[in-house]
Amino acid sequence: MTIQQALLSGDEAVARGAWESGLRVACAYPGTPSTEILETLAGFKEIDAQWSVNEKVAFEVALGAAIAGARSLYASKHVGLNVAMDPLMTSSYTGINAGFVAVVCDDPGLASSQNEQDSRWVAPFSKLPMIEPASPAEAYLFAEAAFTISESFDTPVLFRMTTRVAHTKENVVTGSRREIALKPFATDIAKYVMVPRNAYQKHALIEKRLLKLAAFSETSKLNILEKGDTAKLGFITSGVAYQYLKEQYPDASFLKLGFIYPFCDKKIARFAQSVKELVVVEELDPIIERHVASLGLKYRTKHSSFRIGELLPEHMPVIVKGGRKKEVPSTARKPVLCPGCPHRFVFSVLKRNKAIVTGDIGCYTLGATPPLSTLHTCVCMGAAVTFHEGFRRVLPNGKIVGVLGDSTFVHSGITGLINAAYNGVKGVIIILDNSTTAMTGGQNHPATGKTIRDEPTKRLDLEAICAASGADNVDVIDPKDIRRLDALLKQRLAEPALSVIIARRPCKLIDRERLPMPLYSMEKCKTCGLCFGLDCPALGKTAEGYVTINESLCAGCYLCAETCPTDALTDSSKTGSCT
Amino acid sequence: MTTKKKNKVTDRTWNIFFCGTGGQGVLTAAEICAIAAMNSGYHVKKSEVHGMAQRGGSVESHLRFGSRIYSPLIEPKTADFLVCFQDGEGKRLSHYLKKGGVDFLRFLSDPRYRPWDVRFSNTYFLGLLSAFLPLPLEAWEVALKSKIKRNLSDNDRAFTEGSFAGQKFVSPGKE
Repeated sequence: MTIQQALLSGDEAVARGAWESGLRVACAYPGTPSTEILETLAGFKEIDAQWSVNEKVAFEVALGAAIAGARSLYASKHVGLNVAMDPLMTSSYTGINAGFVAVVCDDPGLASSQNEQDSRWVAPFSKLPMIEPASPAEAYLFAEAAFTISESFDTPVLFRMTTRVAHTKENVVTGSRREIALKPFATDIAKYVMVPRNAYQKHALIEKRLLKLAAFSETSKLNILEKGDTAKLGFITSGVAYQYLKEQYPDASFLKLGFIYPFCDKKIARFAQSVKELVVVEELDPIIERHVASLGLKYRTKHSSFRIGELLPEHMPVIVKGGRKKEVPSTARKPVLCPGCPHRFVFSVLKRNKAIVTGDIGCYTLGATPPLSTLHTCVCMGAAVTFHEGFRRVLPNGKIVGVLGDSTFVHSGITGLINAAYNGVKGVIIILDNSTTAMTGGQNHPATGKTIRDEPTKRLDLEAICAASGADNVDVIDPKDIRRLDALLKQRLAEPALSVIIARRPCKLIDRERLPMPLYSMEKCKTCGLCFGLDCPALGKTAEGYVTINESLCAGCYLCAETCPTDALTDSSKTGSCT
Repeated sequence: MTTKKKNKVTDRTWNIFFCGTGGQGVLTAAEICAIAAMNSGYHVKKSEVHGMAQRGGSVESHLRFGSRIYSPLIEPKTADFLVCFQDGEGKRLSHYLKKGGVDFLRFLSDPRYRPWDVRFSNTYFLGLLSAFLPLPLEAWEVALKSKIKRNLSDNDRAFTEGSFAGQKFVSPGKE
């Protein structure tokens, strides 16, 4: 038998492991660093895979499938799990029928997120077991363990990863798929109908289940004890922190927690007694630390300054010595809207109109970065619409515009629009419809009319749903025509109406057409700098304030030419001249 | 040039830091090298951050291989190679390079180390890198084939040109 080996990311590995474990139904909404889990699963024909409208929907569909009898999986990023918290909390009460695993990927260091929450807290809050692999190879192995635990204890299992596990690639020795028969579904109202009387009974069972899970945690192979050469230094750790420590302290003893909730108290206590000096090292919040403290054990841990941001290998000696974190300001080039990005047209118009822009989650959040600086709030998915309403209630005559993407609008903007119409608010919402979920790499969603496998399906009609939600005006416009967009925005802002403007132009990563770069005349340039305010990566500035155009980056969108007040930059296609 | 059929996995750990800007193919280059190392019998870890790296933003990939790798990240001052595709990023991240490590900035700024067509610079650089690494040619070929969907023959040519240039650099006396 030949050994099958593949270079897999943590996301791909958990997907592969789940597929081999007989997974049938998988649901997610894209979110970095979890997106590749469903993308990988969609490649397996045995899996009924979907991009769901949002995480709450994804969780419910997958849980429903598990109760109906198929091994099922949900995946999202940490903030996505917040959206699914409602069904998650009560899924602890219903339990499952066939195995159900909820994968959540945290983003320590905020590579691409709006907060840095530690989703491990969800485990004690929901009273659900949680496991955490420390590498892609472990993610693969833990997938099967997760389904086994789920079915043995009649519980959803939380499967937590972080960016450095989800987006690390490693050799993984893979196997083949094992088909698991559907579990018959038997109606059981006491188990699946969470009315107060049933839920009360279930709560008692949950407390018993937690005790059983804690006993299981004591013997679980997911918690690994490694005796060091000396009994001096001992680490209790989990996730990627283990890898950093193991490399730098190969002789130390380790208790690496893979079954991270409920805790293996006896094992922890025995380990603490076996080492001279106990150090708890975990990324983000002090969760293991507080538990070790509650057991009355003597330990040291990282300085509280290390709770912020991701841990790095070079932090380990500082942490072990009890030092503080030295903040090193990032020198990385900031992410920026692509040259030719359709969002930039809209932001140029909003900037010109000095609008207060309530924003949302997507590429267009980059509209907040200077010098564009034209997006003024960003909290969570869908909040562009609801913040717009909140602002309007206080500043009814303000120039307030809510701005969000097509995928985000479908995810949770629709409810806000219905709310605005129902509660009689006026104003302007712009849907930046670039026909994809761009920031996570271009996934389909209901308004693209294509499934996760790019097959045609029913397309959500954005214009119709906006009108049905109660918008007084629904305009569709190509944002590249910024003069028309500017006139339309001014008109809608002046009217006592609730208006939606759908600015429709495909993402520049879909429509890769490039036109010749604009013409530039130094003689006409007054070095006013208005073009630099567009934050286009293709435009450079000389020491004297003149413009240089990077031909390899320029997409030929001519927004700079439209913006230039002195015609120093001109649309080469309009003038008809050549370079 | 001779290539050994069986490659002996050495005990040392190789740390290769790839960097550049979004759209340059940094991640693809790191991926090809990672697959070549895996196909040569090494334990590989490669780590990078996806997501907000739109065109023009910084892109880094940490690649480590050896008999057993724990940390997916390279520590500052420990990279054997800094493979940079953009000089600003190379300078910014030069603190990752160890003393005596190979800084690809020297190749980036030297017109002698350039393929006939700039579109194949990445594979040319991988060829250069291959001259320093204990990975057999077959492993590179399989890796290139698995990741390059367009212009495979041109990419193969760029890789070969790069590897010859690299070998001349490594042992100037030979060939």
